[in-house]
Amino acid sequence: MKRRRTSNLTSKCHTFPSHKEPAKRQKRPTSSLTPFPVRDWGNLPHHVVLQIFQHLSLVDRARASSVCRCWNSVFHTPDLWRRFEFELNQPATSYLRSTHPDLIQQIIKKHAQHLQYVSFKVDSCTESAEAACDILSQLVNCTIKTLGLISTARPSFMDVSQAHFVSALTVVFVNSKSLSSIKIDDTPVDDPSLKVLVANNSDTLKLLKMSSCPHVSPAGILCVADQCHGLRELALNYHLLSDELLLALSSEKHAHLEHLRIDVVSENPGQTHFHTIKRSSWDALIRHSPKVNIVMYFFLYEEEFEPFFCEETPVTHLYFGRAVSKEMLGRIGLNCPRLVELVVCANGLEPLDEELIRIAERCKSLTAIGLGECEVTCSGFVEFVKMCGGRLTQLSIMEEVLIPDSSYNMEQIHSEVSKHLGRMWFPDMMPTW
Amino acid sequence: MVVNSVHWFRKGLRLHDNPALQEALNGADTVRCVYILDPWFAGAANVGINRWRFLLEALEDLDSSLKKLNSRLFVVRGQPTDVFPRLFKEWNVTRLTLEYDPEPYGKERDGAIIKMAQEFGVETAVRNSHTLYNLDRIIEMNNNSPPLTFKRFQTIVSRLELPRRPLAPITQQQMNRCPTQIPDNHDQLYSIPSLEELGFRTEGLPPAVWRGGESEALERLSRHLDKKVWVASTRVKTCSLYASPTGLSPYLRFGCLSCRVLYYNLREIYMKLCKRSTPPLSLYGQLLWREFFYTAATNNPNFDRMEGNPICVQIPWDQNPEALAKWAEGRTGFPWIDAIMTQLRQEGWIHHRARHAVACFLTRGDLWISWESGMKVFEELLLDADWSVNAGSWMWLSCSAFFQQFFHCYCPVGFGRRTDPSGDYIRRYIPILKDYPNRYIYEPWNAPESLQKAANCVVGVHYPKPMINHAEGSRLNIERMKQVYQQLSHYRGLSLLASVPTIQEEAEPPMTDESQTSSGPGMDTPSLLPDASGVCGLSVIPSCSSDSPTRILADVEAAGCSTAPDSSTSVSHPHHNKAQSHIRPGLDPCTSSARPTSPITNMSHIPTSRTKPASLSSSCPSSSLSLCPGVLQNTSVGTRRKGAIRKVRQSQRQRGRPCCPSTAREDEEGEEEERMQEEEEEERMEDEETAAEMTGDA
Repeated sequence: MKRRRTSNLTSKCHTFPSHKEPAKRQKRPTSSLTPFPVRDWGNLPHHVVLQIFQHLSLVDRARASSVCRCWNSVFHTPDLWRRFEFELNQPATSYLRSTHPDLIQQIIKKHAQHLQYVSFKVDSCTESAEAACDILSQLVNCTIKTLGLISTARPSFMDVSQAHFVSALTVVFVNSKSLSSIKIDDTPVDDPSLKVLVANNSDTLKLLKMSSCPHVSPAGILCVADQCHGLRELALNYHLLSDELLLALSSEKHAHLEHLRIDVVSENPGQTHFHTIKRSSWDALIRHSPKVNIVMYFFLYEEEFEPFFCEETPVTHLYFGRAVSKEMLGRIGLNCPRLVELVVCANGLEPLDEELIRIAERCKSLTAIGLGECEVTCSGFVEFVKMCGGRLTQLSIMEEVLIPDSSYNMEQIHSEVSKHLGRMWFPDMMPTW
Repeated sequence: MVVNSVHWFRKGLRLHDNPALQEALNGADTVRCVYILDPWFAGAANVGINRWRFLLEALEDLDSSLKKLNSRLFVVRGQPTDVFPRLFKEWNVTRLTLEYDPEPYGKERDGAIIKMAQEFGVETAVRNSHTLYNLDRIIEMNNNSPPLTFKRFQTIVSRLELPRRPLAPITQQQMNRCPTQIPDNHDQLYSIPSLEELGFRTEGLPPAVWRGGESEALERLSRHLDKKVWVASTRVKTCSLYASPTGLSPYLRFGCLSCRVLYYNLREIYMKLCKRSTPPLSLYGQLLWREFFYTAATNNPNFDRMEGNPICVQIPWDQNPEALAKWAEGRTGFPWIDAIMTQLRQEGWIHHRARHAVACFLTRGDLWISWESGMKVFEELLLDADWSVNAGSWMWLSCSAFFQQFFHCYCPVGFGRRTDPSGDYIRRYIPILKDYPNRYIYEPWNAPESLQKAANCVVGVHYPKPMINHAEGSRLNIERMKQVYQQLSHYRGLSLLASVPTIQEEAEPPMTDESQTSSGPGMDTPSLLPDASGVCGLSVIPSCSSDSPTRILADVEAAGCSTAPDSSTSVSHPHHNKAQSHIRPGLDPCTSSARPTSPITNMSHIPTSRTKPASLSSSCPSSSLSLCPGVLQNTSVGTRRKGAIRKVRQSQRQRGRPCCPSTAREDEEGEEEERMQEEEEEERMEDEETAAEMTGDA
C-alpha cells in the first residue's frame, strides 16, 4: 500500500519537469527554467501540497516548509498535527534523540487544539517521564482521542511522584472528554484518576491498557467496567481481575468485549497466593462476548500455578515466560478448549510428548505454538503436527530441544513436518559459534 | 628479473593451505614473511591479554616452523602504511602477497596498501583462504544482497560447487628455492614482542588454557576428528561447558587452522562412516555459521553497530554503565551468568549455549542494554571473536536482525540448571559458592539464611544479590520487544509475540480523498491490515491497527525515533548526521594496526540503497527492512491476499526494475519444491525474497 501510494504520487509529479522528488527540491528559481510560471512548485494548490505533505515525515515537511510562504502555511495545516509522538530521552540513558524542545513549545502553542492521537515515548530516566507529565499538563485545550504513555526501556513513569503524574493525567481526562483509547501500562495511575476518566469519557472509551499499575485496586477497575459500556479492550494484571469485573463486562448494556489481556506476575516471587475466578463468571463473559480473545501472560514460578486451569477456562492465548511444569501443560490440554495460541518458554527436562498430543486433541482452535527450552521427542513432535495439520499457521521450536529417536532424525523431521503442514518448515536455529 | 617476495601475515597464521604464501614462493628468488604490529597501540586497544597472548603464541609457532625451513618471521613494528614504503625500498621488494580479508575494514586497509604497492612498482597477489567460499559469489547468487536467514544461506551454498581443496603445507624444497636473507640482528629488529612490551602486566598470569599456533591447531584437529568419529558411533550428545581440548574456534579465527582443511576432513570422515554419497550441510554447522556472518558483513561497514546498519532493527536500549559493568565483571548475582563471564575473562572461551545465556541476559532478556556493549566486551575477551561473527551473533541473540523469534528468553536460573544440573560449573568458577547444595546453587538468594551462613557465603555480603528480578525484567522486555516489532509493519507475521491483539482504533477521519478511496489505513477492512496478528503474536486476530490512523506517519515517526538520525529532532537543524561521528572500535591484534577513526564511506553495497529512490518516506530507517511491497505480508493473509501482493509486486517490478534478470530455471523438477520453499521464505524473510524473483509471479 505504502509503495502504491508513493508511486501514485511520483507519477503525478512527472507532469512537473526536472524534479522527481518534491521534498528534496532545493531552493532554486525554477520559474526561470520554465516558460510557464503556473508550473512553479510554489504555486501548487494548497490541497495538492497538503496531500504531498501527508506522505512526508515531520522532518521532511519541516524542510519543505522553509521553501516558501505557501508551503509554510500548509505546514501548519491542522490536519497535519492530529497525530504526534513526543519522544523524551536523556543522552545519559538513551541512544535515541528527543523531540526538540522548540518543536514541543511550538506544538503546545500552535497545535495543541489539533492534537488527537498523542503518544509519549520515554526512556528509563525519571526526568523524561517528568517532562512527559509537564507536557501533558499543558494540553488543556485539546480533544485527544488516543493517549499512549510508553516507556521504551525501564518503566520510568513509576518513578515520577504519584501526585505529579496523576494531576497531569487528569488534565487530559478532564479536558478531552472524548478519549477512546488509553495506554498507560506501568504507570502510577490510581483509582481517583480512573474515576475522573470515567466521569468525563464514559461514552467514548473503548480501549484501556493498564497492566502493572500498582495503585489501581479491583474496585477502581470495576468502576470503569461498570460505566464505560463501550469498552472493548482491556489489559490489566490478574490481581485486578475479579468475578464482579467479568460480570460487569458481561452486563446487557455493555458492548461485546473483544480483547482481555491479563498479566499474571508474582510480586513476591514464590509467596503470592492467587485467587481463582469462578467458572460461572467466565461463562457469563463468553455468553456475552462469544468472540472475545482472552490473553494471559504468565511470569510465575512453577509452584505458583496451582490455582490456574483447574477448571475449564476460556483463554485463547497463553504465554508462559518462565518454566512451567508438565502437569500444568497437561491441565491446559484438558481445560482450555478455546486455545488459539500457546507459547512456552521453558519446561523441565522430561519430554512433553503426551501433553502436546493432548493439546492437539482437545484444543481444536490451536493455530500457533512456540516452544523454547521444551524437550520433545521427534516422534512426539511429528505426531503433534500431524494431528494439528495445516491449521498450525505458526510453529516454532528450537532445533536443539528436539530429541532424535528411532523414527526420525533431524533431517527427516524437517521433511515430515513440512509434509503435514503443507508448507516448508524448519526448526529455529541458534548460531553455534 | 629478480623476484623478491614479501608475504604479509594478518590472519591465516599458518603454513598449510596458504595460497597467498604459495604465491609468494612461486618462482621467487627471495621471500620474507612479515607480520606488522604496533606495540604502541596494543595497550590502548580494546583487546584483552588472553587474545594478545594467543596471537603472540601463534606468531612464535609460525616463527619456529619457518626456522625449520631455514627462514624466519619478520615482526615489524609500526603501521602498515608507514612500514611498507620502508620495506619496499630496503628489501627491494617486487611482489607482495596477502590473504584476502573479507571484512569491510580489512578491505579498505588492504586496498590502500595495494595501491601503495602499485606506486612502488610492487606486484600484489591476494588469495582467498579465510572463508570456504567466495562471499561475493554467494551474494551474487542471492540477487546481489547477502542472505539474511541461515536457511536461505544454506540454500544458496548448496547450489555452489564445493569449496576449493586445501593446499599442502609449504615444503623445505619450496623454501630452499627462495631463501630468506636473515640479518644477523634479526632478533633485535624483528623479534616477536612480549606481552610486557605490549604494556601488559604478566605477574600472576595463569597459564593459557588455549595455546595459540598452527601446531596446536593441527593436534587439536586430529583429536577433534577422533571425537567426531566417537560421537557418531556412540550417538551421545555431548555438551561440555568447559574448554575442550578438541575445540577449534580460536584457531579458525586466527587462521591457525584452515577452514577448508576442517571442511574436507569432516567430509571424508562422514563419507567413510556413513557410506552415503553427499554429507548434509548440517555436518559443517559451525563453519557455515561463520561463513554466513562473514557474508552478511562483508559489504556492511556498519555491521557492528545499530545506527546506520540497514539489517539491524532499531531497539531503544537502555544506557546503564553500572549494570553493564556488573555483567562484564561477573557481579550480576546470578551464579550462572557470573560463572560464564568469569570463565570468559579467565580463559577466553565459553560454550555457545553460555554465549546465548549471557547475551540474552544483557540485552533482550533482562538488562535491556545494547548488544553493541556486549559485543565490545566479547571483542576484548573472546579468543574466537571475529568482527563479523561476533557482531552477527550478537545481533542474532538480541533479536536485532536475521528475523529471529523473540518469544523465548533464557532464564538465568533455569537455563543454567538445565545445562548443568550438578552446579559443578558454578563451583569451579565461583568458588565462594562451592558449599551450596545443588538445590540453591543457581539461586543462592533463595537459600535460608542458616544455610547461607553454613556455606560461608551470605548473599548480599560475600556474593551479590541478584541485580534484577528476572520475572519482572523479562515481562517488561517482552513488552518492549513487542513495541519495537509492532512498529515494523514489514517484519510482522514471523514473531510469535510480535503483537498483542487490540481493537481497531476508531477510524480517524481520512486525511485526504486519496486515503479515503484507496490506501487510507483507516478504511481498510481489519483483516487486511498488515498487522493483523496473534496475541502472542503468533496468529491471526483480525484487529489491530493500534492507534495509528496514518500508518505511514506512524511508521515513520515511530521507527524514526530510534533510527533516522533526524526524524523528530530539531526542526531547525535537520541535517545533523550522527552516523558520521562514530569511531571504530579498538585494535584488532590480527590486523596489527589501529582501526581508522575516520568513518568508512563505502556504503554502496548496503542493500537499502536500492530502495531509497522508491520511497518518499525513506527517512524511515526501518524501510531497510521493508524493501518491497511485501510490507503487507503476513502469515495470516489468505491466498487471495497473497495474490494481491504478487500483483503489486509484479507491477512494481515492471515499473521499477525492468532490468532484473528473470531467473533462468535450470532444472524443472526442482522448481515446485523451490516454489514451496520460497513461499515459506516469503513469510519468513520479508526482506530478501524481494529480490528472489518469485516463481509465483511468473
